[in-house]
Amino acid sequence: MNMLQTLWHYAPLLLSGAGVTLWTWLLGSVLGLAIGASVALLRRLPVRPLQWVLRIYIEIIRGTPFLLQLFLLYSGGPSIGIRLSALTAGVVCLGVHAGAYFAEVFRAGFEGLPKGQIEAASSFGMTSFQILYRISLPTMLVAIFPSIVSILISLSKETVILSIITVPNLMYQVQSMTVETYSAFSGIAALAVFYWVFVECVARFSALIEYRLTLFARRDSAEVRA
Amino acid sequence: MNKVPKIAIRDVCKRFGTLTVLDGVSLDVHQSEVVCLIGASGSGKSTLLRCINFLEAYDAGEIRIDGHLMGYVDAAQKQRRPMSDRMLRQARRDIGFVFQQFNLWPHMSVIQNVMEPLLRVRGLSAEVAVKRGEVALDRVGLTDKRNSYPLRLSGGQQQRVAIARALAMEPSLMLFDEPTSSLDPELVGEVLQVMKGLAAEGMTMVVVTHEMGFAAHVADRVAFLDRGRIIDVGPSQQVLHESKEARVQQFLQTYHDRTNF
Repeated sequence: MNMLQTLWHYAPLLLSGAGVTLWTWLLGSVLGLAIGASVALLRRLPVRPLQWVLRIYIEIIRGTPFLLQLFLLYSGGPSIGIRLSALTAGVVCLGVHAGAYFAEVFRAGFEGLPKGQIEAASSFGMTSFQILYRISLPTMLVAIFPSIVSILISLSKETVILSIITVPNLMYQVQSMTVETYSAFSGIAALAVFYWVFVECVARFSALIEYRLTLFARRDSAEVRA
Repeated sequence: MNKVPKIAIRDVCKRFGTLTVLDGVSLDVHQSEVVCLIGASGSGKSTLLRCINFLEAYDAGEIRIDGHLMGYVDAAQKQRRPMSDRMLRQARRDIGFVFQQFNLWPHMSVIQNVMEPLLRVRGLSAEVAVKRGEVALDRVGLTDKRNSYPLRLSGGQQQRVAIARALAMEPSLMLFDEPTSSLDPELVGEVLQVMKGLAAEGMTMVVVTHEMGFAAHVADRVAFLDRGRIIDVGPSQQVLHESKEARVQQFLQTYHDRTNF
């Protein structure tokens, strides 16, 4: 069988693998964003022990390899009573991992907020919550959007590692195909193409969103209807 | 003139760490009066203005607006505590504050900026807020910019939007913190023109400014601050031209030397 025939033969498997890859990435990203935003918000509370816990979380996650974290949860988890399926463990790990990075980005976003805009809002008598979701978050989102996209792209590539704990993603399927056919190159090529297209789509789509988000800062663009 | 002053400031003190910024300031501002606060940088005039709507918490003394103590629960000096956020928000929403740096929200268009406090604080419907917003923009002559984003406007236009945003809330009192200090000289006039209009309509205004022309021609009274104290206060002509205080004369002399060429 030549390369194309091999790929064609395995197409259903590869596609289901690609689906799993995208799905774990999506769930991991959403979970990570939620964790990151919560951690960043909690870090603003003046509670000392909480600060230590959150800092330790961030430093451990950022200071150890993703694979290690994955083993710890999936293989080490059962010894402390945490039994997760490979898929769940994979998604949770992606989320917890990305969360630490997102938390730092959000923290920087909060610190970089122009104080005057918040002061103006409070001078009108807006509540802290109104200021957060009407003024702070939108302004911050624009500033940190590129960093968020970088983390999302990094995370898309961490998904490969989930195959090691038998999550049936694209990497996993390519490996089983390689074992069965001895055709290493076609599998690797398929993986490379898939990830390149995947990351390219994320990047393009993000650029579009970023353009929309920063429209207000462009002196040259047309006025937008209120 | 009303018996109860619009703003009554009594022996107000404010420290930042060991630095005393306000050192026992007292001043009354009456209904429809325009009072300018002048003085060198660091003399405490902006801090005093910010204490009036409690953007800055004063440490001692009293600031009363329409007789109501600002920022603290009305109790004897010793055991007083800051008022709740809710009460503070209530107290602030009738006071318009205009900042040196405009502080418009850049991600909202001009009309959205003006509508935002109306929607969130006054709880108006979008239809009513749009109408009120348009009236306010008309007053500052910026109806045609309603759909622009702030960053696409000149500094003078941005400041006029900021004034419209404050006016739309229909405040009973307006505070201006060096409203023209970050503008190109050519753009100062359009902002002062709007402020003059407000003064003529009887708005009570406290203005921190370096625009002596505005102080001379529009203000009813001028207060001169030096090192956290008001060292001269009175009708604007009197303070600006006949002050007996050496520090005031010196300050104004420097001003004249700089502007006469």
